[in-house]
Amino acid sequence: MTVTDTATSTSLLSLRGVNKSFGAVNALTDIELDVAAGEVVALVGDNGAGKSTLVKVLAGVHQPDSGTVTFAGEPVAITDPSAAIQLGIATVFQDLALCENLDVVDNLFLGRELTPWRLDETAMEVQAWKLLQQLSARIPTVRIPVASLSGGQRQTVAIARSLLGQPKVIVLDEPTAALGVAQTAEVLDLIERLKDRGLGVVMISHNMEDVRAVADRIVVLRLGRNNGEFDAKTVTTQDLVAAITGASDNAVTRRRDRAGAEGDGGTEAP
Amino acid sequence: MTVTQPPTPPPSALDRADERLSQDDGFAGALRSFWRSVKAGDVGVLPVVIGLLVICTIFQSLNPIFLSSANLVNLTLDSCAVGIISLGIVCVLLVGEIDLSVGSVSGLSGAIVGVLSVRHGWNWMLAVVLACAVALLIGLIYGIALTRFGMPSFVASLSGLLAFLGLQLAILGDQGSVNLPFDSALVQFAQVAFVPAWLSYTLAVIAGAGLFVSGFERRQRRKKANLSVGSLNFLVLRSVALVAGLGIFAWYLNQERGVGWMVVLFVALVLVLNYAFTRTKWGRSLRAVGGNEEATRRSGINVGRIYLTAFAVCSFLACVGGILAAARLASANLSSGTGDVNLNAIAAAVIGGTSLFGGRGSAFSALLGTLVIAAIASGLTLLNLDSSYRFIITGLVLAVAVAIDSVARKSRASHGRA
Repeated sequence: MTVTDTATSTSLLSLRGVNKSFGAVNALTDIELDVAAGEVVALVGDNGAGKSTLVKVLAGVHQPDSGTVTFAGEPVAITDPSAAIQLGIATVFQDLALCENLDVVDNLFLGRELTPWRLDETAMEVQAWKLLQQLSARIPTVRIPVASLSGGQRQTVAIARSLLGQPKVIVLDEPTAALGVAQTAEVLDLIERLKDRGLGVVMISHNMEDVRAVADRIVVLRLGRNNGEFDAKTVTTQDLVAAITGASDNAVTRRRDRAGAEGDGGTEAP
Repeated sequence: MTVTQPPTPPPSALDRADERLSQDDGFAGALRSFWRSVKAGDVGVLPVVIGLLVICTIFQSLNPIFLSSANLVNLTLDSCAVGIISLGIVCVLLVGEIDLSVGSVSGLSGAIVGVLSVRHGWNWMLAVVLACAVALLIGLIYGIALTRFGMPSFVASLSGLLAFLGLQLAILGDQGSVNLPFDSALVQFAQVAFVPAWLSYTLAVIAGAGLFVSGFERRQRRKKANLSVGSLNFLVLRSVALVAGLGIFAWYLNQERGVGWMVVLFVALVLVLNYAFTRTKWGRSLRAVGGNEEATRRSGINVGRIYLTAFAVCSFLACVGGILAAARLASANLSSGTGDVNLNAIAAAVIGGTSLFGGRGSAFSALLGTLVIAAIASGLTLLNLDSSYRFIITGLVLAVAVAIDSVARKSRASHGRA
């Protein structure tokens, strides 16, 4: 693949031949992935394609069975979540991974508290407000338990948390899935701002519109393998769907054809 | 300054900018927000304070000796050992685990100190250090059993309960008990060491001043950072109330023998742990693990180490409590730490408002819960009722406390406060 070869020279994070299996199930097989600084890479694929497993490998939650991970030119082993954070890989998980009994500030700084033996609540609260304002977050108060926040507000808190440690690469697992129209636009704006700041962004999404709006490259996974890599500006939805489902004749095209036929015949249900 | 406050102060503070927030400023605002959080199920220590008042009223009306200085001096001294054990229980409950063997560990520690210092002539301090080391080791074993082998702490500590009771019996040997000499430092500390009257009032003033200074400093820092600040009047009132409350309490006890040094040690430990729970990264991590273990792990915190330290602190405090219990009785014997010590310590933490479901609780719950249990025991003893009633009533109070915990938890869920 020529695209990959050119990316290697400048890439911040690259994976080569990464395998991961859970018992007899090969969740990831020979995965290759490159992320350069200031680049948004979208990771798409059907359910069970291995996207979330790949995210967990990047976050240090799972360790790959084999393969190499290179970060900033150095081969690295991401042995646990704190190793990933120290390298500068921040992850926003699909399930957000927030502690519902703690308040917003506590969650933002969890594991990165200022002055561990005499917590500086004031400084943390001020920093939390600044961060949330940067993200144009609509959270009324940062001193309530996360349990009382809506899905979108929690998503914002999770993204804000990932930005705290000055990461170099940000991995977003379904960042817009739980969001309203305005918040989705905010998150997409945010992703572009992260990119302009020179961060590498890996974004997982099922929403093709979102993906094409902000991504530079689209990497398709299918059944735990790489199944194509596209330029987000030129690829058609049809090509993407074909790569995701593995065939040009798939449920999506069949449904579209059927809808077209019904529309022509004027036999729509009342 | 609050009297002339305008009805709607401009919401200029950084954390009060959102128009959806109710502006709870000043003294009335502090009360309002307190009442709102209680209604939402964030009851905190309110039920136990009410419960304590009810219990005291009932026993006082049945037997006027109950609230006498002499009885309160005894009551405070009797609370200390179980209270300190209960502090450790708060620690493991915060991470959502349990230690059922604190009674056995306390009995074992008393036996180690007694046998080594009396039968083998060890220096008592050396014996205490060794007992503490053994307790820490026990805590680490529970932690490793949980994190390495995935043994639920319920089962691990249940087997520990039996095993360490056996070890206690083995150490005590055929005689089955060791009497600590009355002139030993430990017994002196637990039985006859009282704070001089002037010092007890000084400590009350220091406590109030400490509350005020820390609150005032926090206020200044928040003001500087353009964050909302609480009512200054409320802070002054709380500090004055604390000085007055502690002062009157000390004065009342000083009518008799006074405030025991052991009580001061207990309260000091409560304050230290309260600081650790609320103002350190460790305390924050305990609560986070109790709330969502996986999220805590993913945020880079070494969850295993948090479990290990929680169990170690719990066993350590059980050991301290056990040594003090032995010193208070001037004896370590087969029944030390058995019977209801275990359940009293756990019940005290839960009655005080620490959740059995993990992630919620405070050091003060051990203090208040222990007072409830000690008050019941003392009141029933004064009424010449035997331990059957004590067990029944303590059991009922525990059931009520757990019910309150569960109901409050549901209420928090429906009010979105988790």
